[in-house]
Amino acid sequence: MKKANVYVTLRESVIDPQGTAAINVLHAKGHDNVKDVRIGKYIELTIEDTGQDLDTAVREMCEKLFVNTNVEDYRYEVLEVEEA
Amino acid sequence: MKFAVIQFPGSSCDLDLYHAVTDVLGEKAEYVPHHETDLSAYDAILLPGGASYGDAVRAGALARTASIMDAVIAAVKEGKPVLGVGNGFQILTEAGLLPGAFLKNRDQKFICRNVKVQVVNNRTLFTSEYTEGEELNIPIAHGEGNFYCDEETYGRLKENNQIVFVYSDGNPNGSVGDIAGLVNEKGNVLGMMPHPERAAESILGSEDGLNVFKSIVNEWRESHANQA
Repeated sequence: MKKANVYVTLRESVIDPQGTAAINVLHAKGHDNVKDVRIGKYIELTIEDTGQDLDTAVREMCEKLFVNTNVEDYRYEVLEVEEA
Repeated sequence: MKFAVIQFPGSSCDLDLYHAVTDVLGEKAEYVPHHETDLSAYDAILLPGGASYGDAVRAGALARTASIMDAVIAAVKEGKPVLGVGNGFQILTEAGLLPGAFLKNRDQKFICRNVKVQVVNNRTLFTSEYTEGEELNIPIAHGEGNFYCDEETYGRLKENNQIVFVYSDGNPNGSVGDIAGLVNEKGNVLGMMPHPERAAESILGSEDGLNVFKSIVNEWRESHANQA
């Protein structure tokens, strides 16, 4: 089995309304050294290893479903996992 | 004139749209479920608000993969009027039929109240019954109505007069350019976050939304008369 961990965040050019709300709270709590908060999504895909090109497959899944590239960026890593 | 009202799992404004075009305007309409593949029998397509697929992944992200969307794309290519309201607007951007994308509302909250909306372009097949600059009282009801597009896209929308409705008494959700509704370049696809079907009868507190549907019907009648 393989596992693809996908991290989705809003693009740098896009104001993150959740991050903006969170940073205001952090500053109110005295964490003045926090300069930016970006809140995103983390997706775990468990994929049967059939020897196919996972990079192409994961990218397609991201761009067709998990990520709206108008406003979001993503990165991912593919890991080998032990059979359960 | 025959309208199709598309139904996705989680759509909730489908009945309101149906009611507005049939009971209020006296036109024909049918519900068409998401798994259908053909819309050739209809003259106009309505994508309702609500939370299709529970807004999983992103609002509209799963709905745009439904098989009916291929038929919606075909209808757009044929030049049929396609109107998406609320979640319908989100689905249209996710499907690439309208530019931009939606973010969570600037103030994080779901907003459900009447807002003032100005008609900035009445030369569309969805707004011809309005006067330019007319101010409407129409409800919004959304958590992700914060329209975003990059500056280049915004410039193009302005240049092509694609911005049809703007919020005119404060920006409720943080949308770029106060955008509340826009059309595609060809002008036959309108997405709007305010709900005209919820402002289509005086008993609902406002009739200001009815002219969206009247415009579609009248424009269709005129083009039909010309063809005959």
